[in-house]
Amino acid sequence: MTHKKRRLAPLLFIAPCMIILLVFVYIPLVQNFIFSTESFSAFSATKEFVGLENFKTLMKDKVVYTALRNNVYYAIISIICQVGGGLILAAVLEDVAFRKISPVFRTVFFIPVLISMTVICLLFSFIYHPQIGLLNSFLRQIGLDGLARQWLGSSKTAIFAVIAMSQWQSTGYIMMLFIVAIQKIPEDLYEAARIDGANKLQCFFSITFPQVREMLFVTMVTTTIGAFTVFNEPYILTKGGGPGTSSMTLAVHMYQSAFVRDRMGYASAIAVLIFLICITLALLQLLALGNDNSEAKTTKKRRNAK
Amino acid sequence: MSRKNGSLSSRTRFGPMEWVWLVILSIGLLLIVYPLFWTVMSSLKSYNEIYNSVWNLPRQWLWENYAKAWQKGISSYFKNSLIVTVSTVFSVLFIGSLCAYGLSRYQFKGSRIFLLLCMGGMMLSPQVCLIPLYKLLQFLNIHNTYFAMILPYVAFRLPITVLLIRTYFLSIPKELEESATLDGCTPFGIYARIFLPISKPILLTCAVLTTYYSWNEFLFSIIFIDSDSLKTIPAGLMNFRDALQTDWGVLLAGMVIAALPIIILFIFMQKYFIRGMAAGSVKG
Repeated sequence: MTHKKRRLAPLLFIAPCMIILLVFVYIPLVQNFIFSTESFSAFSATKEFVGLENFKTLMKDKVVYTALRNNVYYAIISIICQVGGGLILAAVLEDVAFRKISPVFRTVFFIPVLISMTVICLLFSFIYHPQIGLLNSFLRQIGLDGLARQWLGSSKTAIFAVIAMSQWQSTGYIMMLFIVAIQKIPEDLYEAARIDGANKLQCFFSITFPQVREMLFVTMVTTTIGAFTVFNEPYILTKGGGPGTSSMTLAVHMYQSAFVRDRMGYASAIAVLIFLICITLALLQLLALGNDNSEAKTTKKRRNAK
Repeated sequence: MSRKNGSLSSRTRFGPMEWVWLVILSIGLLLIVYPLFWTVMSSLKSYNEIYNSVWNLPRQWLWENYAKAWQKGISSYFKNSLIVTVSTVFSVLFIGSLCAYGLSRYQFKGSRIFLLLCMGGMMLSPQVCLIPLYKLLQFLNIHNTYFAMILPYVAFRLPITVLLIRTYFLSIPKELEESATLDGCTPFGIYARIFLPISKPILLTCAVLTTYYSWNEFLFSIIFIDSDSLKTIPAGLMNFRDALQTDWGVLLAGMVIAALPIIILFIFMQKYFIRGMAAGSVKG
């Protein structure tokens, strides 16, 4: 093989992938920043440069604040239910006492993760249905008539009804990630703790929790990014953030600005805001994981030295 | 999945705490299972029966709801989903494994940058590129075609696929490649005849994850596709609901048909599913 060929070969292998990434991910990403300084509609050929006008509008847009508030609710509740709940579920299911039945539980808890959001949203529109809804009907049967309400029809409860559905769907996913992380913990750590007379709760806090710290961090960041980009759930379940704009999220607001109100430039500005939030979170994760990785390496070295 | 059997004699006893947890777990189980069971059960009922006795089992099992759902649109959505998913999976696997081979077997200037480009792509949410992508697809004249879904899906699945396959390729011993080169094998030959065959587990993992993604993807498919005849199941179900109005039994039957393929895939490929999700947990 000639020298030149040898140098060209790797580029030929990676070229198709890189071209697709550039054309469909990176160039659009950069373009989005340019678009955010322009004013144009979906089918117009020309774009008008407006500078930071879109961002000024963004700062004054009340819907953006409603959306941000809802995204924050989404993030907080998801971290508590999915990350917290998922970790506890995983720890309980990995306990030796439940070893025999845990495969059934973890498979069932994981099923909602597999189902498309559209199906889940349609299902929950039956559950939240004001007349026939399973939720209201259940509340009435156990004598809590007072609690029955128009879950999706009231601007006070709509966003929480949407968030609750997300927890129903995604907790199993985070649980599964923690199960995998817990299974990687060496058994002898627990063995040693037991010999020292530690109970299960002490084992959890002194072994399981520190050992899954990295996964805990990863899941917290992913869940938060997910919460700030959430689109399908409010788009389908509350038909685009209704009633009014009460269950709006940033991504739905972006979609509606672009494809309903045809303000593409303004929608790009919202996309920039979403991007900034996500990149901050992602960098946070990279920084923390970078530290963790170097730690992992040193422990590995130590182990090798033994 | 289950942990290697350690010594568990004293720990398997079921104390009061275990009973409390069993009750909590069972309530959780019920919360997940009942709505799913209700969906299947109600998909066999008529509208009147769903409306008037929402908790009861169907008096008459209306299997024809499934036939109706299939005829009234689900068959076409199903076909579209199949076409888009299969094309996406094969493109992602081929392009991704090529790239992984290039990144894992060669040391060259800029290979780190390419790797970073991949990792960056994994962190990026599709929402951020939505509007430029929409414009790009219009410009390329492929808006409202299968390609309008396949190309963006491929682009957004490539980063994680490349990283997973690359890690696997790195573990393949160098000697294998060297002896093949001595036998006169070209780099592409080594990739196709040695690397791909011994990487079946990771390729399967990536295939399963990509299938899961493209079968359920919603955002791109509602924005880049206008014609009902090209819609995949998640987007099509929305039209299906509007068209059916109150024919709830048929709608529920359509929902069951939409959800089944991935659940079945999971049952058979659980190991690959979970392995891939854990490895790719850095981003969804």
